[in-house]
Amino acid sequence: MSRIIKEEAIIKEFNTVGKNVEKYDGLPLVTGQPLFTDDIFLPDMLHAKILTSPHPHAEIVDINDSEALKIPGVRIILSYKNTPRIAHTTAGQGYPEPSPYDHFMFDKKVRFIGDRVCAIGGDSIEIVEEALSKIKVTYKELPYILDPEEAMKGEVIIHDEDDISGVYDKDRNIISHVEIPIGDVENGLKESYYKVEEEIYFTQPVQHTPIETHITITYFDEYGNLIVRTSTQVPFHIRRILSKILEFPMKKIRVIKPRVGGGFGAKQEMLIEDICSLMTIRTKKPVRMELTRKEEFISSRLRHPSKIWIKLGADKDGKLNTIDMKVLLNNGGYGTHGPTVLFNSGSKTLPLYNKAKNVRFIGDAVYTNLPVSGAFRGYGATNGYFALESAMDDLADIIGIDPIELRKINHIREGETSPIFEKLGEGKEGVTQYIESSALSKCIEIGKKEIEWEKWRGKKVRNGNLVRGVGMAIMMQGSGIPLVDMAGARVKLNDDGTLHLFVGATDIGTGSDTILAQILAEEVGVPYEDIKVYSSDTDNTPFDTGAYASSTTYVTGGAVQRAGNEIKRKIINYASKLINENPENLIIKDRYVVNINTGEKISLREIGEKSFYDFEQEQIEASASFVSPKSPPPFAAHFVIIDLDLETGKIIPVKYVAVNDIGVVIHPNLSKGQAIGSIVQGLGFALTEELIYSKRGMALNPNFLDYKLLTSLDIPEIVVKFIETYDPTGPFGAKSVAEININGPAPAIRNAVKDAAGIKLNHLPFTPEKVFNALKEKKI
Amino acid sequence: MIINFILNGEEVNFDAYPGETLFELLRRYHHYEVKGNNCKTGECGACTVLIDDKPIPSCTFLVGKVIGKKVTTIKGFGDIDNPDLIQKSFVEEGAIQCGYCIPGIIISVENLIKKNPNPTRDDIKETLSSHICRCTGYVQQIEAVEKVIKKIKEGK
Repeated sequence: MSRIIKEEAIIKEFNTVGKNVEKYDGLPLVTGQPLFTDDIFLPDMLHAKILTSPHPHAEIVDINDSEALKIPGVRIILSYKNTPRIAHTTAGQGYPEPSPYDHFMFDKKVRFIGDRVCAIGGDSIEIVEEALSKIKVTYKELPYILDPEEAMKGEVIIHDEDDISGVYDKDRNIISHVEIPIGDVENGLKESYYKVEEEIYFTQPVQHTPIETHITITYFDEYGNLIVRTSTQVPFHIRRILSKILEFPMKKIRVIKPRVGGGFGAKQEMLIEDICSLMTIRTKKPVRMELTRKEEFISSRLRHPSKIWIKLGADKDGKLNTIDMKVLLNNGGYGTHGPTVLFNSGSKTLPLYNKAKNVRFIGDAVYTNLPVSGAFRGYGATNGYFALESAMDDLADIIGIDPIELRKINHIREGETSPIFEKLGEGKEGVTQYIESSALSKCIEIGKKEIEWEKWRGKKVRNGNLVRGVGMAIMMQGSGIPLVDMAGARVKLNDDGTLHLFVGATDIGTGSDTILAQILAEEVGVPYEDIKVYSSDTDNTPFDTGAYASSTTYVTGGAVQRAGNEIKRKIINYASKLINENPENLIIKDRYVVNINTGEKISLREIGEKSFYDFEQEQIEASASFVSPKSPPPFAAHFVIIDLDLETGKIIPVKYVAVNDIGVVIHPNLSKGQAIGSIVQGLGFALTEELIYSKRGMALNPNFLDYKLLTSLDIPEIVVKFIETYDPTGPFGAKSVAEININGPAPAIRNAVKDAAGIKLNHLPFTPEKVFNALKEKKI
Repeated sequence: MIINFILNGEEVNFDAYPGETLFELLRRYHHYEVKGNNCKTGECGACTVLIDDKPIPSCTFLVGKVIGKKVTTIKGFGDIDNPDLIQKSFVEEGAIQCGYCIPGIIISVENLIKKNPNPTRDDIKETLSSHICRCTGYVQQIEAVEKVIKKIKEGK
């Protein structure tokens, strides 16, 4: 059965797109196949671990490893003393990276508790652990600073090296600074009929907690090539960075990404691959390194803790005329992803309300002596939306209209643009674009009905200690980075008529292997089952920037569609010669080339076989790339019902509704999974998750008992709906779904609590303690 | 020391180190179907196996205690050509994303349905709560289990 999407005069009929085809890696995963980085056996493999800094800020005066080296089975120790000093960023981004080059493989200085000091490789983990305890490090402790506003005073300088680059202002610890004025904000606010005076919002450090922590295994193959088998979102960036910092020929590095046990941004980094690789280069032995859960918390990456100031101004009719937003990001000890997360906190949020004539966005990403922030699903937008969508709700209260109405008056629509698209890009200027598809108004309407808004809003329905509230938020994201993200795809026809698809795209559990095969099947006109996917191998698949920025469906999907179109043309041309027919009369349908006039058919199997052995012999294959000047935003409207326990301060989410416009839905079940997964991570961000530090910046809860993730018992009823639009620039009309839904829970819950009890929670997460104190203050 | 137990229906004699956990032993003997090992405290549930029909995180279970017992990993259920109902349902319902936590979760679900063929939604949530899945948000996993129960009831 085919599915029809109507979009104005265009009628699209799909055979594979929109179907819940079997997830490409589904059966291998449910039967426990050895799919992951760690699931191989290599003889003589060394195990590696890092020694991490116990001080938030210190110079390393000396490292004495003589006792450690005496332990039998210790094979190699790496430190600043014997490793190349080449400034780089660990951020896995397109080259040249927008992140500063402020990191060295090993430095003479440590900048947070958990920073690298040295690494040991040995015959077993136990031997390495013993050796680590024998390393004597002499530190000269330095004053440290954890608060970004204090850091900007420059009394303590965290990066004073001469050989780093790309830092905005080293003397004041400012990694990146941005100031975008559109119109006149001061005057706009002065003349506004309604105003939200300055409110300040705080977001906390949270960790991605992929259940598979960072793990890498390196070894030399039979030809002397360095194989880097690693759990990453960015295999091609890993290859490029390794080659540079190890001064090892790129040609001899092959990065392989097996199945990855979750990433969410944490693995958009070159985090441990350099240590394993250098140990393999020096010892010629395979080397394995896996972060423990504690190390994943403190020595990997986090979502930026942030402080956001916001002011809004509106006219008498509720039209926003002014948005003033200031963002301060705490980047921790290194600047990875600092400029881009900073810019995204404005670039992915402010265009949503494009009617505002006066917009100011001021931002700073700042070094402190805390663990390092990096990429995390939502990428700045999540922080920005917490502030913006909370402030919008407060503005509705001030005006005295329904918050849904205020959003409807002001949100961006199809055919419109925002000056922000051009002003704010990825750590630099962006690209002008117009919205070519949006069902946001419809998403809002449908969500409002599903949550029964009128029934609950403002009613404060009581049930014992519980009082009920309902809140909402709207949001957008992007689909890839315009004019930066590029993907290649290659397709070949086999002699059984099936196709092999080669993509650099990195399926980290998102299902991209599956949906890319669907896109190819749809384009060529073959069943999904006839496609075999090879992905993420830097030697054997074409380039792809990687799994980030909600890019794979849109960018790699675009490349796959184009490669599919090209091989279709080649198959038809071959068939036309074979049966002596004009190619214009031929189409591919259900494994056959069909003559549309006569009904004459020739199978792809026969074509494949003949092309190999019999007639005009050639390998029928095609390749294509895609880079887009656009990044069409998906849109979503989120609604939540909560019960607030007035005695304990606990917020109980009861029902969550997310209505999405992600363009044409390629795979409904996988898309729904992306949405629900984001929502539950967002609920954790809103309610329970927080990495807590001591006064010295030591993480106090780096484990799953004390860092509270939501479990199956904590989730509300979740309803996800898709309102399909057709984006003309996406593969079969598709946009992205991976990140957008993580932006909603924090503001929607905050607004629901305000509906229930009139308290404004501006400091994430909304723990019972904070809620209880706010209730007490309001004497509720 | 040689440890003797029944693994997926077959008697095995593995040479264990003192203080080794069942997880470490199984992985050392290339039983890569058991995933996990970074929390080492049983908190994430990824390394869950059945020990005498009880789901237990193998990273907390010392090998000395396994002598003479029956251990079942995900390999004791369906395989890639013949997945069982639960495994198929997880694939069909979109209950898997990265799949790293999935063998452990399926083992707990197999155990639940074997012991209680008619579990409520709360029973299912309770079972899943011994596992952390960071990708899916659990909803489609709950739906996958409910679908299996329905199929079993309908005798499919």
